[in-house]
Amino acid sequence: MRADGVGAAAPRGGGHDRVTGRQAYVADIHLPDELHAKLVTLDCARARIRSVDVGPALAVPGVRLAITAADLPQPVPRFGPQFEDRPVLAAGETKYHGEPVAAVAAETRDAAEAAARLVRVEYEELPAVFTIDGALDPAAPLVQDAALRPGDPLAGTNVLREHRVAWGDVDAAPADVVVEHVYTFPMVTQFAIEPHAFIAAPDEDGIVVWSTIQHPYWLQRVLARLLGLPLSRVRVVAPDPGGAFGGKQHAKYEPLVAFMALRAGRPVRLVLSLEETFQAVRRASARVRVRTGMHADGTFAFQDVAADYLIGAYADIADRVVSKGSYPACGPYRIPAARVVGRSILSHTPPSTAFRGFGNPQVNWAVESNIDEAARALGIDALELRLRNLARPGEAFIPFDTPADGRWEETVRAAARAIGWGDPVPPGRGRGLAIGIKSGPTTGLSYATVRLLADGSVVVHAGTSDMGQGARTIFAQIAAEELGAPLDWVTVVMGDTAVVPYDAQTSASRSSVLMGTAVLRACREIQGRLRAMAARIEGIDEASIVVERGTVRLPDRELPVLDVLRRGLGRLGGELIGNGEMRKEEEPGHPLGGSAAFWEFNCTAVEAEVDAETGDVTLVRHVTVSDVGRAINPLQVRAQDEGAAIMGLGHTLMEQYIFDDGGRIRNLGAIDYRIPTSMDLPLELHSEIVENADGPGPYGAKGMSEGALLCVAPAVAAAVRHASGAVIRDLPLSPERVWHALHSGERQP
Amino acid sequence: MNVNGMDEVNEEARGAQGAIPIRLAVNGRQRALAVLPHHTLLDVLRDDLGLTGAKECCLVGECGACTVLVDGRTVDACLVLAVEADGAEVLTVEGLAGHGRLSRLQEAFLEKGAAQCGFCIPGQLLSAQALLDANPHPTLPEVQEAMAGNLCRCAGYEQITEAILDVAAEGGR
Repeated sequence: MRADGVGAAAPRGGGHDRVTGRQAYVADIHLPDELHAKLVTLDCARARIRSVDVGPALAVPGVRLAITAADLPQPVPRFGPQFEDRPVLAAGETKYHGEPVAAVAAETRDAAEAAARLVRVEYEELPAVFTIDGALDPAAPLVQDAALRPGDPLAGTNVLREHRVAWGDVDAAPADVVVEHVYTFPMVTQFAIEPHAFIAAPDEDGIVVWSTIQHPYWLQRVLARLLGLPLSRVRVVAPDPGGAFGGKQHAKYEPLVAFMALRAGRPVRLVLSLEETFQAVRRASARVRVRTGMHADGTFAFQDVAADYLIGAYADIADRVVSKGSYPACGPYRIPAARVVGRSILSHTPPSTAFRGFGNPQVNWAVESNIDEAARALGIDALELRLRNLARPGEAFIPFDTPADGRWEETVRAAARAIGWGDPVPPGRGRGLAIGIKSGPTTGLSYATVRLLADGSVVVHAGTSDMGQGARTIFAQIAAEELGAPLDWVTVVMGDTAVVPYDAQTSASRSSVLMGTAVLRACREIQGRLRAMAARIEGIDEASIVVERGTVRLPDRELPVLDVLRRGLGRLGGELIGNGEMRKEEEPGHPLGGSAAFWEFNCTAVEAEVDAETGDVTLVRHVTVSDVGRAINPLQVRAQDEGAAIMGLGHTLMEQYIFDDGGRIRNLGAIDYRIPTSMDLPLELHSEIVENADGPGPYGAKGMSEGALLCVAPAVAAAVRHASGAVIRDLPLSPERVWHALHSGERQP
Repeated sequence: MNVNGMDEVNEEARGAQGAIPIRLAVNGRQRALAVLPHHTLLDVLRDDLGLTGAKECCLVGECGACTVLVDGRTVDACLVLAVEADGAEVLTVEGLAGHGRLSRLQEAFLEKGAAQCGFCIPGQLLSAQALLDANPHPTLPEVQEAMAGNLCRCAGYEQITEAILDVAAEGGR
């Protein structure tokens, strides 16, 4: 293995700029003549807007623009990745706390902030719904205008969609034991340390937009449609985001800033505060009822899952989160009959969107916890019960989807071994173990262009966003491996629709597999050109030449690639260009529109201690084992795995939005909304990977950036129960909640 | 413009109503500025001096993304008014590398893969630097406590801690 090729812990692409402060994130970019924008919001969730007077704002020195819905094309343009329901500015009514009704732009940030406070909005607060029960009440006000849902039988309700997945006959399946419980998952937020930021600048041909976006090409499409411009005149520049976690997948305020820039005829920038980011993106909370039927021998009779997700006022990608997240709810087990009903329920709360795990952690928490209940009821060890039912390689555990694509038992046994499952538990401690599974991308399209330059160095053009997962490094390693260039001779260009070819999305842990394959194919095309070149200059048959890893093998000798390249390019120099394409086509009739490109599979096991006086949970040891197929970069794999595990501890132990009666987030911002710090880590965090090179990506890789987050909560809750007897079915397992469970709640072994 | 050996910046602000002249030594370079009384050190570093390494996130002193050293001590630059820093020596991430060479701490962050998205890393580096300056051989709990004010949502805490302990094992710098 080469020190910087595939399988090596190669240093991070872009690392130097990240440790020197040179990395330019969107908010670090300034354009000449730019204006600073500020949003105008109301102090309530749902309100009828009677009038907006921007006069006093415009009187502030330095203010150049104040824009309301009335200044936009009419009807107010709407957008959204699934439903075009979100207006560029609130149209007649705000639907959640933090929804902008107007925006101002000024020469300085101070002036913009002062002016935003002076915009006078007359409004009438309206009844609103903030909870699942509130939204489902037949008398509840409708969040979405029924007129926007023509022909939709659910249009008269707050249920946006209902998604059903079923096989076998749950109602007719006999079971020896049935356990049924309801579990809740809190509303949490992505909390990327980089708040969202947007800049739009008109140019003579159209518009250029800088954004912290994960999907620049998707944004380009949205902007082109809203602005009536051809794609070629909408340029989206997407510098590496400072963390995204799904929250930056889709357009938020880019359309507004674009309209403002076009109106002002000058660049306009909008950098959200952290509080505004909290109001812009979050994970859907959920209430999940699970009915698990078991045979006495510890095999499944059925799983019956009803998952209600509370999405926000606009759909964003949340309904897809619900369908794709609830879909594999029954887990990687052999289950003869299954029924999963996932509902996306609208509410007057900030729009929920993609968040690492994409709807899976909610159902996983419930189903894996219920499996523990079933194991208890049967008197079978929780690990043993899982192993007894775990899908074997090639087994179609969801009858109409990709069969098990890994030796999953290896992963589960590795986690059990690492936590010491079955060994005596020290007094006061408990252990828990859970399995997480998630469908990888179901469709996708990635193009890559690779250029082998005259001196043997390489430029890779790929439209993926490197938001910390390290895609830049992975693509460089693939190119280095295939073309024989040292890693520091490979440059990866990303994040600019005017420069890199199309990529559908950076999501679902897809990039190593899909874009990675496109990069690999582009490199292989260059290898083909090198072969043709060598055949020409050597006067031999092309079929007798092999190119691999920087070497051109002729029948009688080997030549370095550079040798062939120099002679082949000749005096004019130039370069060899390769294009690669990777498609994952839609599958009509499939419930998700396509089968899983791969399964992300993880087993998490923890040992915990509970302080009965304070309810505080200490994780003594946290083990995460992921089946990654092949680690192209083990250093990055470990960082992604551990990062996902710790992020999972957030919603498990401490994170949640708390609303007041008016639908305002009470713990808005970093003081009152806590995420894990260096003081909240497990005393010992152990990350392992299983590599059998059985993934569909380059060299057998699978996606792996979400797995370790999926099943943290049920593993921890099981350990807490084992340690203390506290039975808790609502997250987070905050000290307060644990204390109450120990002192007044249900307490069982 | 160069006045009395100082680089003068933001001349425009000097004319602004209420602007107050201050002097800062930023990364070893003397700077004379005029700042508005409500502007923070972070505003001045990012907007007036173009030193964007210190990041803006929570603006309430909780996330640590804007951590810089003022006279050798870590501060959240979002909580320090620029006028309060008058006369101070300020070290930002841009000043960690000397003559184009990364500091040992910066190198260790790269080696351990501690920088992922990278947004919190400038603040992490300065907190770590201050820790090692004060305590060249910290224990693991001491590192975790010293770094508790710097949030990392990529949660590269293990890698950051390993990098700091590595440098400490080599002698503190």
